[in-house]
Amino acid sequence: MNGGMLEVVSGRHNAGIDPGLHVWGWEVPVYLFLGGLAAGLLIWSAWIEIASGRRPESQALRWGPWLAIVALTLGMGALFLDLAYKVHVWRFYLAFKPSSPMSWGSWILVLVYPIAGMAGLGGTSPEERALVGTALQRVHLDGVFGRLVGWADSGRRPWLGASMAVGIALGVYTGILLGSMASRPAWNSGLLGPLFLVSGLSTGAALLLLLHPTPRERHQLAGWDGVAMGVEVTLLALLLLQFATSGQSGLLALRELTVGAHGASFWSLVVIGGLLVPLAVVLLERFRGLPHTPLAPILVLFGGIALRVILVSAGQATGFRAL
Amino acid sequence: MTPRYAMVVDTRRCVACKACVLACKAENQVPDGFCRDWLVEEVRGRFPNLSAENRSERCNHCGHPPCVSACPTGASHVAEGGVVLVTHHKCTGCKACIAACPYDSRYVHPEGHVDKCTFCLHRVQEGRQPACVEVCPTECLHFGDLSDPDSEVSRLLATRTWKVLHPETGCEPNVYFLK
Amino acid sequence: MGGFTRRQFLKIGGAAAGAAALGGGLTTRWFGLDGDPVDDPGTDGDRVVPSFCELCFWKCGILAHVKDGRVTKITGNPAHPLSRGRLCPRGTGGIGLLYDPDRLKKPMIRREKRGQQEFQEVSWEAALDYTAEAMLRIREKHGPEAMALYSHGYGGSWFKHLLKAYGSANIAAPSYAQCRGPREVAFQLTFGSTVGSPENLDLDHSRAIALIGSHLGENMHNTQVQDFSRAIDRGASLIVVDPRYSTAAGKARWWLPIKPGTDLALLLAWMHVLIEEGLYDRDYVEKYTVGFDRLKAHVADKTPEWAFTRTTIRPEVIVETARALGGARPAALVHPGRHVVWYGDDTQRSRAIAILNALLGSWGRKGGFFIPQALSLPSYPYTKYAYHPKAPPDAPKNSVYPLADEVLASGLCMASIPGTAAYDVKGWLVYGTNLIQALPQPDVVQKAIQALDFIAVVDVLPMEIVGWADVVLPEATYLERCDEIDAPPWREPFAAVRQPVVEPMYDSKPGWWIARELALRLGLKDYFPWKDSVEYAMHRVHGAGLSCDEMRRTGVIRGPRVPVYFEDGLEPSFATPSGKIEIWSQRMEEAGIGGLPDYTPPEEPPPGMFRLLFGRAPMHTFGRTSNNRFLASVERGNELWLNARIATELGLRSGEMVVCVNQDGVRSEPLPLKATERIRPDCVYLVHGYGHDAKGLSFARGRGASDSRLVTRVRVDPAMGGTGMNVNFVRVERAA
Repeated sequence: MNGGMLEVVSGRHNAGIDPGLHVWGWEVPVYLFLGGLAAGLLIWSAWIEIASGRRPESQALRWGPWLAIVALTLGMGALFLDLAYKVHVWRFYLAFKPSSPMSWGSWILVLVYPIAGMAGLGGTSPEERALVGTALQRVHLDGVFGRLVGWADSGRRPWLGASMAVGIALGVYTGILLGSMASRPAWNSGLLGPLFLVSGLSTGAALLLLLHPTPRERHQLAGWDGVAMGVEVTLLALLLLQFATSGQSGLLALRELTVGAHGASFWSLVVIGGLLVPLAVVLLERFRGLPHTPLAPILVLFGGIALRVILVSAGQATGFRAL
Repeated sequence: MTPRYAMVVDTRRCVACKACVLACKAENQVPDGFCRDWLVEEVRGRFPNLSAENRSERCNHCGHPPCVSACPTGASHVAEGGVVLVTHHKCTGCKACIAACPYDSRYVHPEGHVDKCTFCLHRVQEGRQPACVEVCPTECLHFGDLSDPDSEVSRLLATRTWKVLHPETGCEPNVYFLK
Repeated sequence: MGGFTRRQFLKIGGAAAGAAALGGGLTTRWFGLDGDPVDDPGTDGDRVVPSFCELCFWKCGILAHVKDGRVTKITGNPAHPLSRGRLCPRGTGGIGLLYDPDRLKKPMIRREKRGQQEFQEVSWEAALDYTAEAMLRIREKHGPEAMALYSHGYGGSWFKHLLKAYGSANIAAPSYAQCRGPREVAFQLTFGSTVGSPENLDLDHSRAIALIGSHLGENMHNTQVQDFSRAIDRGASLIVVDPRYSTAAGKARWWLPIKPGTDLALLLAWMHVLIEEGLYDRDYVEKYTVGFDRLKAHVADKTPEWAFTRTTIRPEVIVETARALGGARPAALVHPGRHVVWYGDDTQRSRAIAILNALLGSWGRKGGFFIPQALSLPSYPYTKYAYHPKAPPDAPKNSVYPLADEVLASGLCMASIPGTAAYDVKGWLVYGTNLIQALPQPDVVQKAIQALDFIAVVDVLPMEIVGWADVVLPEATYLERCDEIDAPPWREPFAAVRQPVVEPMYDSKPGWWIARELALRLGLKDYFPWKDSVEYAMHRVHGAGLSCDEMRRTGVIRGPRVPVYFEDGLEPSFATPSGKIEIWSQRMEEAGIGGLPDYTPPEEPPPGMFRLLFGRAPMHTFGRTSNNRFLASVERGNELWLNARIATELGLRSGEMVVCVNQDGVRSEPLPLKATERIRPDCVYLVHGYGHDAKGLSFARGRGASDSRLVTRVRVDPAMGGTGMNVNFVRVERAA
């Protein structure tokens, strides 16, 4: 502000670009949320089994990978809706660009489907297998199905490991997609990768908690959910600290998120409603015997979507034009 | 030596008349409601102690173009002379490049692909100047090859005070503004 | 087309592949089968027709690209000395005029009362018969001089010829009494020559330039801005005198935010300093001027301190800027301006500017005013006009504007109100000028029109004036017709042709055709002996010994370079009564106005009101182009500039809608406020040409606010009848 006032008149009035960037609406945050959720579902359904060495007991956990596929498919549907040139969508798969998170993402998505499918197959019950096998007899695919089930069972541990790996890649990628954009101060942080991963883990656990896991599973999931939320709070604090200490552009991001147009929603929906309150509830449930209710998981899920909606929007609201 | 195309904008001479914007629109059939180049007029100070700067801005055709890095399909690419182009038939309209551009130089064409300044490479390849440069009545726009030390743009940058927009992006913009 | 045709297009598809691999990874090139071609938008024409522009009146050379019968783009003609291959924004915008969906498409005859904008489409036959009959009736009943022509634009030449043949000398354009008139009179009186259009300013070589309210850059006369920019590039000292921090002020070494209406005080003080400090060109003044001693005595007490109390410009700044001008002489000029009808003493202010230039010795000198040279083209051998028309009734009854050398558009308008002038004007033929916005005092204009026997309008677009016509004759645009050859006096002599680029669209007709058809019906066939305007134009080109073929192929023929400065051997001569530069003007003295310019203080704005100032935007020519969607794509309508501190005091914020209410209670259309540091606290400013209300202008209608509506008051210049318009005051209110 040296020399007093600055009057700027820009002659650019491009739709979607001016007066503020608005190229990504609801579709991208929904995609990022569902992608993170899918990552969480894949990781928990595999990890609980690996950690306990026992097949999942509840349907929720057995079907975790299938839920992940559904979430991811819905997410990809949202992403597809966001494409401005939909008939060129296949172009994602004629290229691999290591510098482009979007390209990584599109190939990760390709890996997720078979791996999640195999992890899901391995978790199916004999009744379910019989049901599907019979249905496939009519189209003479029961043999193939049988062989797939065989692979899924025989390589159960590797499939679960792979499932966790693609889950982590997917979760991190949803954050890196934004985090790689140095052009938008409110996205410009490597912390977005782990942040979105733990948020995905937390939402994945929350969804599983809502789907009637067994008490043992609940105990494990709620515990891990608490840890994820704790890490998420830490990462968010680090993110704000990073913004506060990285010069003009960081301060722009910090202001936008904490006291700017996105401040109120960030504090209320993400930090308090989506993290601190559910974390407190989880702690009270665990250590003070508060009865389990769907409250904490529901808050976590809302918090997860709020985090992405607000970050996608705040990132677009911050740009070098304001510096 | 491979060419390194650049534009040099003399802010002292520019009167912000927007002839460059209209010449570009006509030359490149830029759709209604969009522009590939534009004017920014800045006035600093308090009455009556004021100073002004007029800038004809456009894609910076960066040396390190984050849009090209962000593009998942290779549609955004670096062409001859370092010119950053978008191949329309490869673009999915995912808008990652738009988000990645710190200068907000790109937009979604109503047909779906992402669109931006091309430095009029189709003209440059024929030995002509970009349309904005050709039309400019104040001769404030200069286009040329920075790899040639005797080119007009090289000489201007060697002899005048200049700046680029937001050098802190690290993108190495190739549109220079003379003070 | 030689050098202008499109060169063979080289498609260098995959050639850039190496560089493109920078992005890394397996991108999709597939051995060049899926490459990255450089797209050619394909706007180069298969035909390129050279012509000259009509978006304003500078007449720059253009190249119109035609592809599949459509004009794709318009570029500057490198061979034309006024464009030098470059164009202002409007030049490119011709396509927006040609393809304006609101164009007048068919002749029409009025159905309801004048001004109701209700018309019936008719055949050309019917429209022309109707017009000719009305004109014949007027001539029979009131004499030919009762018919007036208002004409602005180069196609108007055919109608001027028609009206003279018909017997009337009442031919006027608002570009005189509503624009540059005082300047023409003042320079004619002082140097025996006007500055003309294009002006004979050698800005290109100036080392010091003073702009008095001229907003070059916003006022976009192509060559002049090119020269201005070159002067800036060469480090010329720029002094901008303007209550507003204009684009030009942004380039200036000195911005003098002068109190509106006090320019003359500054100019007199500059003379004082130049003379006191001996900075004027003694030799030049001695050799070529008369009246210097009187001037010296006249400005002896016009000290910088005296001027400071009037202009608010600090004395030391006045001294510094005078020294900058004096130090750079003779390559120093005080710009004569163009739209100069401001305060009613405009001829005197323009005289002061002329005198300053005389003191600087800049007339006829490099970096000052070159002496322009024209290519001589013999005029078409027409039959001599048979009538000896009566003098125009363009001054109020029993009075006269002693120094007016063109007909006053505002005067002819006034004379149409019965009994106000020497005789009544009963019929108007209006060519290409929207009098509703171009003339001040809209209520007077409407009253005059209602009193007429007949009014016909020739235009391209349904401007406001069209709504008042009895008959509307739709003209083809400049891209669809051939007009008069343009061979203005300039730094180098040249002649240029306007030729049709495409066939007239709709049922529009070129002006020459309309004028000729009317002539046939008025019994004036002998005055239009040619078949069409191309034949006419080529007759003149051929008559000058120039090649018609070359003219049509290149659009312009340049004559040999001739000296344009005294120092290059051009013999100084001044067509004044004394044969010298008249610092003291006997004619002004005799007219009772004063042989030397004198300062009269302007009226102060009433409390709570601001002086209304208006000007131009680079992409528009007054209101003529406001419906041009292509041009309008780079602007957002007009705004009301108000000093930021005042806006705060009024509780108004930038961007909110406000209205202006003038001293007579007339309200403007609402427009957004621009609260800015860029203007003095005692005035407001808006760009002229907005606020259209004509039904047919589907784009411009209701866009922005019109300053013309607020100019309900004028102060008439006693020397030449110019209508000073910067004498209106407005209040600024939040829009309801």
